[in-house]
Amino acid sequence: MPKWFMPLAGINAVMFAAAPFIIASANYEATMGLVQKIFYFHMPSASMFLVSAVVCGIASARYLFGGSPRQDRLAYAAAELAVLFGAITLVTGPLWARKAWGVWWAWDVRLTSSLMGWMVAWAYLLVRKYGGPGSDKLAAGLALFGMANVPFVYISVNYWRTIHPKTSVVPTLPADMGMALWFSFASFLVLFVLLLRLRVYLEEERTKLDALYLSLDE
Amino acid sequence: MQPSLRRATRLRQGFGAHASTRRHGALICFLLLLVVSTPLVAQQQQPEPPKQTDEFVPISQLPPQDQLPAAPLLVTAYAFVWLALFGYLVSLARRLSKVQREVERLESDIAKGSRT
Repeated sequence: MPKWFMPLAGINAVMFAAAPFIIASANYEATMGLVQKIFYFHMPSASMFLVSAVVCGIASARYLFGGSPRQDRLAYAAAELAVLFGAITLVTGPLWARKAWGVWWAWDVRLTSSLMGWMVAWAYLLVRKYGGPGSDKLAAGLALFGMANVPFVYISVNYWRTIHPKTSVVPTLPADMGMALWFSFASFLVLFVLLLRLRVYLEEERTKLDALYLSLDE
Repeated sequence: MQPSLRRATRLRQGFGAHASTRRHGALICFLLLLVVSTPLVAQQQQPEPPKQTDEFVPISQLPPQDQLPAAPLLVTAYAFVWLALFGYLVSLARRLSKVQREVERLESDIAKGSRT
């Protein structure tokens, strides 16, 4: 593991310990009240879900057209993180919606496209696990569709009529709410980098293991 | 039995019988009072039946006692985030340590094989 990993993990642990206090000190939203505070973990996890899908897509494209195993390992790691952060987004969102909208779920463009992106990430992992030989290339093709879905998820709230808040709420946040949001965002971003590196390291160790088994056969 | 002791016993029995009769009388009076007064009290305490609804009056906001509390939803959301992240970290650590143990075992096997 690289030298920066453990110090950064320590800093990230402190950031996550401090985040609830910063979130609690932010003002309440006028119409939604207390439940709006879910936003401070929902939005960063949703962003990391989309970042994971983009990283997975780019790495898969580079693997498909360049053939680098390193890019394949990165894509595999990013797909797993897309499932993790997607799950967080799709669980915290309905908990917020239940209070704010009165329903757990709506077949709204943002929600439906996010669910589709999450299912593509799951499909990637399932193909990799059970697809047999050649499944890495097949999964890489799937990851391209996962990445293509990302801009659609992002702009959906601005182009279609939906009950989900628009992307314009973020730049218009008052200072205390903005501070809580960007602090949480930074915490999730650092966590994403750490988890991605750790997951890639696991794939590197598995590659080493495969090489050892091959050398034993020879 | 000594005469004084017999007298004392008779007196105690007599006193007991009088006391028992008085207790029964008081109990009967209390029950009668209860039976007589219950319908009166009930009549006084009974609230007026609600008026029959002949129209629905719309309001834009739910009354506070009918509103869904936000705190359980907020706590569930944050608890899920922590559990999911912690669970993933534990799963990653377990998978990593398993692979690393196997790598070490194979490396030592190969080293032994090359020595012999």
